[in-house]
Amino acid sequence: MTDTVRKIVAPLVFIIGILAAWEFAVWWHQLPDYRMASPSDLVPRYIRFWDLFLWKSWETLWRTVVGLGLAVVVGTLIGMVMGFSRFAREGLYPILVGFNAIPKATVVPIVALMFVGDHDFNTILIAFMISFFPIAVSVSIGLSTLEPEYRDILRSLGASNFTIFWKIALPKTLPEFFGALKVAVTLAFIGTNLMEIVSPHGRGLGDLFDSGRISADYPLMFAVLFAMAALGIMLFYVVVFLERIFAGWAERAPG
Amino acid sequence: MTARTAAPMIELKSVTHAYATKAGPLPVLDALSLQIPENTFCAVVGPSGCGKSTLTRLVSGLMKPNDGEVWLHSQRVTSPRPTVGMAFQNPVLLEWRTILDNVLLPMEIVRSPMSRAEARARALQLLELVGLSGFEHKRPSELSGGMRQRASLCRSIIHKPDVLILDEPFGALDAFTREDLWCTMHDLRAAEPFTCLLITHDLRESVFLADQVIVLSGRPAHAQYVMEVDFGPGKRDLEQLYTPQAAAMLATLRHQIQVAQGRAPADEGAA
Repeated sequence: MTDTVRKIVAPLVFIIGILAAWEFAVWWHQLPDYRMASPSDLVPRYIRFWDLFLWKSWETLWRTVVGLGLAVVVGTLIGMVMGFSRFAREGLYPILVGFNAIPKATVVPIVALMFVGDHDFNTILIAFMISFFPIAVSVSIGLSTLEPEYRDILRSLGASNFTIFWKIALPKTLPEFFGALKVAVTLAFIGTNLMEIVSPHGRGLGDLFDSGRISADYPLMFAVLFAMAALGIMLFYVVVFLERIFAGWAERAPG
Repeated sequence: MTARTAAPMIELKSVTHAYATKAGPLPVLDALSLQIPENTFCAVVGPSGCGKSTLTRLVSGLMKPNDGEVWLHSQRVTSPRPTVGMAFQNPVLLEWRTILDNVLLPMEIVRSPMSRAEARARALQLLELVGLSGFEHKRPSELSGGMRQRASLCRSIIHKPDVLILDEPFGALDAFTREDLWCTMHDLRAAEPFTCLLITHDLRESVFLADQVIVLSGRPAHAQYVMEVDFGPGKRDLEQLYTPQAAAMLATLRHQIQVAQGRAPADEGAA
C-alpha cells in the first residue's frame, strides 16, 4: 500500500468500523431513538435539514476563524512582548495563567449578557478568549529560548534588533507557533459552540443543537455533533497544511 | 600575501573586565594586552573559565570592556562592525535555509561592493573549497556536524572580513574531522589572507594553526605567555605535529597551562 492510499484508507476503515459497532450496539440493546440515536437515524436528518446544516455550519465556521485570527494577532503580540521583555514576562505570566484557569463555560453567560443581541461579537469574543493563551505562551517561549549564538551571529555584523527578529527569531518560532495553533483551533471551535448553545436565539451549529434539544429530536442533536466534528477536522487540517508551507523545514525527513 | 603593516590588526590595551554576579563583581580579564599583526593567525589557550569567550565578545564589539581599549585596524572598537566574521562551537545554521542561503546570510546584513551574483558565485566557490560541493541546496539537518561547521566557516568569511574570530569552532567534532578542518583552515587562508583570532582548548590545534599562541593565566586573565610558532615556509602538514620541534612547543605550552591552573610554579623550566 502506498503512503497516499494508506492515509486515505486507514481513517475510512476506522470510521466505518466505529459506526458499524455503534449501529450494532444500539440495535442489540433495542434502544429507542429518544434514548440513543444510531448512525442510520442521522441520515434522514441530514437529508431533511441539509440547507440548514450548510447555513449554520458557515455561521459557526466564519466566527470561529475570525476569533482564531484575533487570537493569532493578539496572542503573537503578547508573546512577543513576553518573549523580549523579562519584566513583562514575569508580570504577565501569572495573570495569563489565572485567566486561562477560569472555565470559559462560566464566562459565556456573562459575555452573553454583556453584549446581549450582538451574537457575532460575543461569539467571536469567546472564541478569541479561549484560544489565545497557547499562542501567547508558545511565541514567548520560542523567543525567550533563542540561543544567544543565533543573536550574536547577526549582531556581530551590526544587524538591528528588528533584523534579528525578522530573519531569525520569527522563523525559528514558527514550529512552536503552529503547534500552539493546532491546539488553539480546536479551542476556538469549542468557544464558538459554547456561546451558540447558551446564547438565546443563537446562531450556528450550536443553535441547531439547541433546537434539537428543545424539540427532543435526539437524532438531530447527534447529527449536529458529527457536523461539528467534520468542521473541526477541516479547520485542523487547514492549519496542518499551512504548517507544511511555512514550517515544513522543521519536519524530520522520514527514515 | 600582503606585507605586515606596522600597526597591529587587533590590539588590546590593558583590558579589564568583570561580570556582575549575585556574589559581587567577578573579575574575568585583568589588564590583558595583546597585539595581533595583520594577516597572522593567533591562537589563545588557557584554563577553563579564564575569560577566553569574553575576549571574543570584546574584540567583536558585542561587549564593551569595563576598562582599557580594544582596537581593530587602528580604530577603537565601541560597537559591532561588519568587517568582522565569527564562528562558534555551535555552527548555528538556520534550519529553514539551504546551505547556500545560510552562507549568504551576512550579505543580507552588511553593505558590500559585491553584487548578488558575485556573492553567490563566491559562496559556491567557498563551499567547493571546504568540500561541500553538491550540498548547496541541502538543509543543515541533512548534513553531519563536521559539514555544518564547514558551512559555518564559509558564512563567517563570505563578506571578506578583515578579522575572523573563532570561538572553539572545532571543539565538538571528532578527532579525524577536526584534523580535516584544520587543513581546511590553511586552505582558506592560502586562498585569501585574513587576520584570525582562535580560541581553543586544544594545544595541538593551536600549534598547527597559529603563528602566535597566547596562554592566558587563570581568572582574572592576563597574557601569561606568548609563543611564536614557525615551522618554516610552505604549507603546514599534519606530520609536522609529530616532529621534535612540535613536541617541544607542546611541552612548553602544557607547562604554561599548568602554571595558569596553579598546578606548577612559574619559575620552573619547561620539561
